[in-house]
Amino acid sequence: MGQDLVLELPSDIRSIARVVDYVMLRCRTCPEQARRLRLNFRVGLTEALANAMLYGNGHDPRKRVRVEVTLADGRLEARVTDQGNGFDPASIPDPTEPANLTKPCGRGLFLMRELMDEVWFNDRGNQVTLVLRLDPGDALEGGVQA
Amino acid sequence: MGFQVSQSGGITLVEVEGQLIVGNRQELKQQVLERLEAGDRKFVIDFSNTGYIDSSGLGVLVSLSKKIREQGGELRLSSLNEDLRTLFELTKLDTLFRIADNKSDALVGF
Repeated sequence: MGQDLVLELPSDIRSIARVVDYVMLRCRTCPEQARRLRLNFRVGLTEALANAMLYGNGHDPRKRVRVEVTLADGRLEARVTDQGNGFDPASIPDPTEPANLTKPCGRGLFLMRELMDEVWFNDRGNQVTLVLRLDPGDALEGGVQA
Repeated sequence: MGFQVSQSGGITLVEVEGQLIVGNRQELKQQVLERLEAGDRKFVIDFSNTGYIDSSGLGVLVSLSKKIREQGGELRLSSLNEDLRTLFELTKLDTLFRIADNKSDALVGF
């Protein structure tokens, strides 16, 4: 069983960069996977947190976002849960379509799907699970319980 | 994190320090729109010292490009590292912007 990291955050977008940096520091990996961690996982987790705080929790500082990170059997998994009513991920249009290219928003979910190996939503739509496959030898250092 | 704004031969150069993300995109937008309001029409946003852009950062660049074009101006980008270039290519925003390898190339031929 892999080590777990569990964090509970207020819906404050100013905390996103620090939280992602903290999670990244806890992940130790081989150089070949470093770029996937640095780019793919960082982007996926950052976008999931931003979506949870801005859209899921509607900027409400009283609502919280829960982040659970697990590394086991070569699967780095991050689960982000907000306290909102959820949404239908199928309703988000493709931002790379010509008609959408000049729109200022709508790229977060797209980037999660492009860069992570798996992206899963719960039925309600207020929880997203992101999976990045790494080498089985990679490790999560010092799992911390919030 | 911050933005260094300077002028060079009638071109407004904005250098993004650190990250362009949901937490600071409004500041970039405000600084560029102030210069646009003041009459500047040629803009280069340089990412030599930028490690990361999130989707909100990409969005503000799209929004600024549109506003600048509406005023008869042009926005160019420069010095994207490999990771940033990947984000632009994935989102097909590399087709929307003129992207130079470095500041000098971006300033030339404006």
